[in-house]
Amino acid sequence: MTDGINISTAELTMNEPDDRNRLDVTVQGLIHTGMDRPDGPLKVSGRATYAHEDQPAGMMTGVLVRAPVAGGQITGLNAEAVRKLDGVRDVFHGKTFLRNPAQGTANEAPVQPDGKISYIGQPVALVVADTFEQARHAAHMIELQITPEDAVTDLDVAEIETPKDKQSSQGDLDAALSDAAYTVDETYRTSGHSSSAMEPHAAIAQWDGGKLTLRGSYQMLKYNVNELADALGVDAENVHILAPYVGGGFGSKLGISHEAVAAAHAARELGAPVAVVLSRQQVLEATMRRSETVQHIKLAADADGRMTGIGHDSTVSQLLDESFAEPVSQATPFLYRGENREIGMHIKRINRMCAGSVRAPGEAVGITALEIAMDELADVSGIDPVELRKRNIPEVDPSDGREFSSHKLAEALDDGAKTFGWADREAGKTDGEWLIGYGMSSATRVNMLGESHARVTLNEDGSLLVETDMTDIGTGTYAILTQIAGEMLGVPADRVTVRLGDSSLPKAAGSGGSWGAASSGGSVFVACEALRKKIAETMGVEERDLTLQDGVATTNNRRADLPEFTKNGPFTVEGTINKGDTQTDRRQATFGAFFAEVGVNSVTGETRVRRMHGSFAAGRILNAKTARSQCLGGMTFGIGMALTEELMFDKRDGHLVNNDLAEYHVPVNLDVPQLTVNFVQERDPWANPMQAKGIGELGICGAGASIINAIYDACGVRVRDLPATMDKILPGLPDM
Amino acid sequence: MRTTLTVNGKDHSLDADPRTSLLDALRNHLNLTGTKKGCDHGQCGACTVMINGRRINSCLSLACMHDGDEITTIEGLGDEHNLSDMQQNFVKHDGFQCGYCTPGQICSATAMLEEFKAGWPSNVSGSLTASPELTDAEISERMSGNICRCAAYPNIVDAIRETAEEKS
Ligand code: FES
Ligand code: FES
Repeated sequence: MTDGINISTAELTMNEPDDRNRLDVTVQGLIHTGMDRPDGPLKVSGRATYAHEDQPAGMMTGVLVRAPVAGGQITGLNAEAVRKLDGVRDVFHGKTFLRNPAQGTANEAPVQPDGKISYIGQPVALVVADTFEQARHAAHMIELQITPEDAVTDLDVAEIETPKDKQSSQGDLDAALSDAAYTVDETYRTSGHSSSAMEPHAAIAQWDGGKLTLRGSYQMLKYNVNELADALGVDAENVHILAPYVGGGFGSKLGISHEAVAAAHAARELGAPVAVVLSRQQVLEATMRRSETVQHIKLAADADGRMTGIGHDSTVSQLLDESFAEPVSQATPFLYRGENREIGMHIKRINRMCAGSVRAPGEAVGITALEIAMDELADVSGIDPVELRKRNIPEVDPSDGREFSSHKLAEALDDGAKTFGWADREAGKTDGEWLIGYGMSSATRVNMLGESHARVTLNEDGSLLVETDMTDIGTGTYAILTQIAGEMLGVPADRVTVRLGDSSLPKAAGSGGSWGAASSGGSVFVACEALRKKIAETMGVEERDLTLQDGVATTNNRRADLPEFTKNGPFTVEGTINKGDTQTDRRQATFGAFFAEVGVNSVTGETRVRRMHGSFAAGRILNAKTARSQCLGGMTFGIGMALTEELMFDKRDGHLVNNDLAEYHVPVNLDVPQLTVNFVQERDPWANPMQAKGIGELGICGAGASIINAIYDACGVRVRDLPATMDKILPGLPDM
Repeated sequence: MRTTLTVNGKDHSLDADPRTSLLDALRNHLNLTGTKKGCDHGQCGACTVMINGRRINSCLSLACMHDGDEITTIEGLGDEHNLSDMQQNFVKHDGFQCGYCTPGQICSATAMLEEFKAGWPSNVSGSLTASPELTDAEISERMSGNICRCAAYPNIVDAIRETAEEKS
C-alpha cells in the first residue's frame, strides 16, 4: 500500500429490495446508452491478446493425445520412441490429466483418472516439442497400450437413475388431464449441443520458482485458480491466471480444462513455458456438451384455455460420477399456471464426453420443448398462441406461492406481437416453392446474483480505474463496468479504465448463468456509491444531494472538480455485493417473447428463417447495444438448435461422428436474417441496486420453438425431434 | 526452410519447418497474432488474410508457398488508433462480441467488397453476368465462410453495408 492512498471497503448484501433507482437520477448520461465497446478498437484491429498470444520467449508447444476407445485403462505407451523424434522434449501421461473439464463453480479439480478412459477423445497424454509442427506429428506417432473395459455407448441400453431430489409433484395431474377440455401429451427430443466458441481452449503456462502464471481462456477466474491449483497439487496463492480477452465461452470455459492442467504440468517438469491449444476436434470431443434430452410433456387446460396441469418429465445423459444433470425443467414450475403438476428427471449414464453447461442450461432446451407443447395446446384449443400464453401467466410462482420480483411476460408478448405484425400474418401464404409460416414462443430464464468484489479508484487527475477479476467473454463487461462507474461518479467514459481478467484482482462471480453483469456491476456500483459518500462528506452534504457530471461535483451552493478530493492521493474503495434474502423472498426471472417467419421448401423440405423478432424484459438494460448483441447471439443459438445443431454419436463405439465445424452445423451468416430485438422497460428492485437482470442467455430460452411452431404453420408438419432437418419434414409435406 | 514473406508491406525472412501453415507462421513466428485460428481446417474463416488482394484461409496454405506474395493481415488494415472504415463500422455496429472471429470477418469483408466491385456473382445473385446489387442476402452469402459463434451476423451485415455505402 502506497502512502497517501486512501483505501476502504463497502459491502451490500441484497436482503432488501432497492427501489431508489439511483441510475435514473444520476446525470452523466452513460447508462443504458449504446456506447461502443471500449475494447472494440483493440478487437477489430487484431491487437486484443487472447490466450495463445503474448507468447513468451523459449515457449514450447504441447499437443494432446486422445483416447481411441470409450472404456479402458492405459497400461503404457511408446514414450521412448516418440521422445527421439525431431524436436520432441518430452511425453507426459498419467495422474495429472483430467478426465473432463471442471463444471462451473466446481472450485476443485475434476476427476483425474490416472489413465482410465471414460470416452473417446479423452485427452490422455501430451507430447511437447519445440514447435507445433513437431509436436503435432509426434502426437500422431503415440501408440497407447490399453486394456479395454466395458463401456456404454448406446443410450437405449444405458442405465437410468432417478434422483429423489429431482422429482416433485403437486395436486393430481392425472385427474386434471382426465377432467380437461384440452390436453397435450407428447414426447419431445432435443439433440446434444456443443458451445463451439470460436477461440479453441488454449493455455500458456510459465513457472517462476514455485509460482505459476497461466494465460488462458476461462470464464470464472476465482474458481479456475482453485481448480487448477487443486489439479496440480499446489497452493492457490501460487497460481495466477490471466484472461483479459476470452474468445467466447457459452459455458464451455466455466471450469478449468485439459489444456491448462497439461500445459502447467509440462511447464513445471520442463522448466520452460509451454503452450497447449485444443484442436477444433478436441474442443468438440473433450470439452462440455449439452446433453440430448427426451422430454415427456403433459398439459391440461379448461375450455377457456386456462391451464390446470403441467407434467414435464425429462431424461438426460451424463458420464458416471458426474453430478451435473441438464436442469431441463427448472423454469417449468413458474412459467404458467396450473395447480396440478409433476416434474421428473432421469439420468442415463453413458461413456461420452462430460455433459455440462452450454448457454442457458435447462431453459434453452426445456422451455423450447414446453413452448412447442404450448403451440400444440393452442392448436387443439383453437386459441391464438399469444392469447393462450397471456391467459396462463400466473399471479405468483405456482410451485411455492412466492411473488415474482417483477413480471413482464405479458408486456413482452404484446410488444413482440405488435413489432412483428403477428395479428396481420397471412394463413397459407406461399412464395414460389416456399411455404410460409409464422410461429411464436415465450422466453424465460431464472435470475441470479453471485458474490462479487471490485475495486474502484478515483485518481488524482479525476479519472477512474475499475479493477476486478471478472471476464469479458464477448458479453460487454468492459463496456458496462465503464458505464456504471462513469455514471455513478460523473466521469466521461474516456476517463474510465476497466481492468479485467486477472486473478490477482478482486474476485468477481465470473461470467456464467447470466449473472455476470448484475454481480460484477453490483460490486462496482457499491464501491462507487461509497466514493460518492466520501465526496459528499467532504462537501458537507448528503450523498443524494450531490450531482456528479463531467468530472465536476455540484451541490446547492458549491462546485468542485473531482481532483480536489484526491489532493492527498487517490481514493480507492473495494466494493462487495452478496446475494441475500431477495434471492429467495421472490421468484426472480427474466421474460420475453419470440416471433418467427419461416419458409419451408415444398420440394426439399428445407427450412429458412426469413424474419425473427425478440422482445425481452431483463430489468434495467445497462448498454442497449451490447445487450441487443447478446440477444442476437442467443436467438441465433436458437436457430441452430431448431434447424441444424446436433451432436451425432456412433452407437457401436461411442465416438462423436461430427467433431468439427464442417459437420457440426452452427448457423452461418446467410442462415440468420436481420433479427430485431426490443427491450421492455423494467426495473427489478429485488435483483440488485441497478435493478438489472441477466440478458446473456434469455435470447436462447425458447427461441427454437418459435421456428418449430412456424414450420407447423407453414406446412402442417409438427417436428418433435430437433433439429428440424429436411428428412423429418419431407415425408409430411402436403402434395403441391 | 527459408521463405521471404511480405506482410503488410514489410519483408520478413522466415526459417521454418516446411509444414508450417501461413497462419502458424504469422502467429507463431512473426508475432502477428491478429489472425486467428478457429479450426485449422478451412471451416471457420477466422484465419482469413488477403494474398495479393484476395481473401484466403491462411490455415489451408503453407507459408513456404507465399514467397514474394503481398500478404495483408488485420494488422495491416489499421491499428487501434487509426482504424479503417470497415474496422470503425464494426465497432459502431457492434459487429462482434468476443472479437475472436473479427479480424477474419474484417479481412474477408474488405476483400469481398472488391470482389463485388469487380462484378463477381454469388450463389444468391440472380444472374451470372449482370452486376449484382449489394443486398443483405448478397452480403450474408458472401460472408458465410466466416463463422461467428457469438452471432453478430446482423451487425456484421450492417457494418459492411455502411462501409460499402460510404465508399460509393
Ligand atoms: S482457422 Fe482457417 S478456416 Fe478456421
Ligand atoms: S465475435 Fe465471437 S465469434 Fe464472432
